[in-house]
Amino acid sequence: MTTEPTHQDPAARTVADVAPAELPDRVAALLAEHHRPALVAAHQDPDALRVVYLFTAASPDRRTELHVRLDPDDPVLPSLAALSFPVGRFEREMHDLYGIVPKDHPLPRRLVRHHHWPRGWYPMRADAGPPPAFGDPEGPYPFVSVEGRGVYEIPVGPVHAGLIEPGHFRFSVVGESILKLKARLWFVHKGVEKLFQGRVPADALELAERVSGDTSVGHALAFCLAVEEATGMRVPPEAQRMRAVLLELERLYNHVTDLGALCNDVAHSVLNAQFGRVREQLLRLNAEVTGHRLLRGGVVLGGAVLRTVPDAYRLKALGEDVAEIVDLALGHTVVADRFTGTAPLSTAAARDLGTLGYVARASGVDVDARRDHPFTDLGPTLTVPTCDTGDVLARFRIRAEEIAVSIALIGELADGMAPGRIGSWAPSKARDGLASGVGIVEGWRGTITHRVELAADGTLARVKIVDPSFFNWPALPVALNGAIVPDFPLVNKSFNLSYAGNDL
Amino acid sequence: MSGSTTLAGTVGAAAQVVLVAAGSPLLVGVMRQVRARLEGRAGAGVLQPWRDLRKLLRKEAITPHGTGPVFRAAPLVLAATALVAAGVVPIATTESPLDGAADLFAVTALLALGTVALALAALDTATAFGGMGASREMTVLALVEPTILMSVFALSVPVGSTNLGAIVNSTLHEPQRVVSPVSLLAAVALAVVVIAETGRIPVDNPATHLELTMIHEAMVLEYAGPDLALVEWASAMRLTVLLGLVANLFAPWGIAGADSGWVALAALPLALAAFAAKVTLLGGALAAGEVFMAKLRMFRVPELLAGSFVLALLAVAASFFLA
Repeated sequence: MTTEPTHQDPAARTVADVAPAELPDRVAALLAEHHRPALVAAHQDPDALRVVYLFTAASPDRRTELHVRLDPDDPVLPSLAALSFPVGRFEREMHDLYGIVPKDHPLPRRLVRHHHWPRGWYPMRADAGPPPAFGDPEGPYPFVSVEGRGVYEIPVGPVHAGLIEPGHFRFSVVGESILKLKARLWFVHKGVEKLFQGRVPADALELAERVSGDTSVGHALAFCLAVEEATGMRVPPEAQRMRAVLLELERLYNHVTDLGALCNDVAHSVLNAQFGRVREQLLRLNAEVTGHRLLRGGVVLGGAVLRTVPDAYRLKALGEDVAEIVDLALGHTVVADRFTGTAPLSTAAARDLGTLGYVARASGVDVDARRDHPFTDLGPTLTVPTCDTGDVLARFRIRAEEIAVSIALIGELADGMAPGRIGSWAPSKARDGLASGVGIVEGWRGTITHRVELAADGTLARVKIVDPSFFNWPALPVALNGAIVPDFPLVNKSFNLSYAGNDL
Repeated sequence: MSGSTTLAGTVGAAAQVVLVAAGSPLLVGVMRQVRARLEGRAGAGVLQPWRDLRKLLRKEAITPHGTGPVFRAAPLVLAATALVAAGVVPIATTESPLDGAADLFAVTALLALGTVALALAALDTATAFGGMGASREMTVLALVEPTILMSVFALSVPVGSTNLGAIVNSTLHEPQRVVSPVSLLAAVALAVVVIAETGRIPVDNPATHLELTMIHEAMVLEYAGPDLALVEWASAMRLTVLLGLVANLFAPWGIAGADSGWVALAALPLALAAFAAKVTLLGGALAAGEVFMAKLRMFRVPELLAGSFVLALLAVAASFFLA
């Protein structure tokens, strides 16, 4: 049929080898052309350490890779922290995991390492071996202490009350006002990226689904897109549309959960109970569609599986339900008062920190990979709501608006869709040598980027995962500047960042 | 007012203490059940607080390193003050043998003593949460106490005595006083401070697990086992006593008055039942109201409490002008 859309190839990547000395100028030029750093990954080649910088830009979709080779005996890079804050954090991560030294880094403190890691042991290196016995060589983390009259510290975590992931927060407080917050993460670092290595991609998909429990579709899809690009596998457009439906279903249930949790954090339990009711209906719908309440098993390599197609009318009714509860929440003076003006993140800060997802959009940064780096064309139904106040209210509103957009998108995508399994088409081109691929997906939290490299035997040589939480975590202390301690749980929930996806 | 000790008074006071001690966890259970049902949950049942207390009492007592006698004594002081308050406040009888102590200043000071003991214990733990909770509780207490004093003072002006039994007796004899502006203003003011003092929404959220938002719960985070049971039980009793005080100041009907002999004794069961019904109703209404409320921003709490103080002040003023 002529009206059938054809297979959409991912945007071509331009790859360039760069000498370490040229790197800052090349990156400065890319940043000036509105590229953003999407991923920085170190690789251990037989003869060298290699660092890959992936920069992306929107309209048109551009992806540029810079490869830098380093001497394995003296791996030193010029630090780009002065050019881009997120790259500076990637450099610290590489230092802790690979021993690559960013020269002249303004904040060369450890990021991933905890004080029981042996010195000079770099777990991602090929010769790292099994984890050695834990000692105390690194010592406690050097927290910056704030001094002054009446300033005191509140240490919270890493073990919290309630079922949340581990993170340590160190508040420096005067009275109830937060002067400084330091978040220490990586308590659930489990070496996920290393677990991928040596697996065939089909066996690694399960791992990708479990990178962050609430983002199984997002990470599975980013991984599949990356592998498909590396192997030249062609995915039929119908399968891509199914994947888009699954991605929106994931966004729906998570956003509804968050709206409820935000109401619960201001102690309005009925609103939470009502959002919980809608969430349960969405989870049951997920189970009907994929056989799993958290949508596992829907995205497969080269295609997608749907047991049933989600009923657009049912979703529309749920959407009206959500809109009504949102109106009730914002119509409640105390709830609205708690949300309004709480912990604003300025547009400039959001842009400089490289924030993604609803955090960025609530602060007026217009990013959305569904539009900027599409794997399937969503047409005019996809609108990207933004807000410029950057407070808790904005993050609440953006979620509510995205729920409406998601429901509209599912309604359009599911129209005429038949359930079943759709597999891949034959590869368009033969693969030669070491192949790499990049997958970019707008998960519910924001842009997820995976980059894979395949060995000659088709197994995974290196997988780098970047969850949007990696970019968004530094924004939380910035937004909390001047906020009061009892507002922290509410603000933290409005960001709702992943620990598992960040700590890897 | 009355100095002589009667048999009915003694039995009544003892019955009050037993009723409050045994019934207060049930009141908490009822309030949680009301909330659960309104939120569409099944709820754990009215007996759950007692089950929790039983569980806690079976555990071994643990005190954190570096804590001293203050930490260990605070739960006892808290429970003791609550029990004495339960015996003193006119709950079932106005003829308590402790009537001489049933002065509004004495009762307020008793309840404040328990709070201060707990705040000191929280400071004794030397944890950030303990200090934070103590500081917040003291802020609330400092704003609550004057309001309690003012509003009961407003009620005592027409009677000419600050004795709680006398105020209640006088309302029994002149029921039209309940609808006077003085009484209404004082009722609203007292209701607000009772909510604040007992750590209910919108001031505090007794159901939260978020340490950073807590007031009362932050102070007792370090308690475990029997000590925690004592703290929880005492908190339930304080809630019951305060609700009971509000109920009997504004709707004292059913309470056993100054009759003599067997008549008074026979009136006691009725008085106890009436009290249980009133407090359950009030507690249920409070829980139902909470469901539709959200927690105020911490810095808005003083505004709310200042508002209640102004109401109490107006009540005092009105009690002089409208006398």
